[in-house]
Amino acid sequence: MGFVGSLIDRDQLQELVARGAQLVEVLPADEYREDHLPGAMSIPLRQLNRETAATLDAQRAVIVYCWDMA
Amino acid sequence: MAPRAAARLETLGFGEVHEYKAGKLDWMAAGLPTEGTNSLHPRAGDAARKDVPVCSLTERLGDVRDRVKAAGWDAALVVDGDRVVLGLLRSKELAKDADMRIEQAMRPAPSTFRPYVSLHEMAHFMEEHNLESSPVTTSDGKLVGLLYRADAVRLGMPPK
Repeated sequence: MGFVGSLIDRDQLQELVARGAQLVEVLPADEYREDHLPGAMSIPLRQLNRETAATLDAQRAVIVYCWDMA
Repeated sequence: MAPRAAARLETLGFGEVHEYKAGKLDWMAAGLPTEGTNSLHPRAGDAARKDVPVCSLTERLGDVRDRVKAAGWDAALVVDGDRVVLGLLRSKELAKDADMRIEQAMRPAPSTFRPYVSLHEMAHFMEEHNLESSPVTTSDGKLVGLLYRADAVRLGMPPK
């Protein structure tokens, strides 16, 4: 089964982050270094695995994003 | 890319995963702050003058001109109730017949720029296209401010 989480907009993102959600940019690391959302951590999609995901807290909400909706 | 990351996280046992669908582009186009090496360089949204006068479509040009001049400006933006930019009044438009409605006098649908564009890039573009000023808006068309070429050049092309 594919992704069953929710799609959120900018306002919802800010509300969730204020409530403690973790923000993860999944673009390549060089793009993260240039610009990322405040407080976001970098886990490029190709490096997303059990080990890198262990840097996140599975008990808290996670928000993932890339460049745009494409 | 983000949908696949979200799906992968769910397979790894994460119970609450959200996808910010519009992504970093949407965030930056809204003029919100970022972190990273690019955030150290000035952008269009930083230098755009936020206190530019605004007016509505139905106002009388003479009234707007008086207000704009009294405030020490030579330009104004025409916006709707949500501050979406509908038109631009530069010196040429402000000099038209005082009894005209703004809707008739304005330069409609001006080109706009996003707040995340670097001032260096803006300075080059405005010089190449001889633009004295350009509105800066969010991706949904809301006014951030008016960027003057002089400001873009001064801050985006520092002397060597």
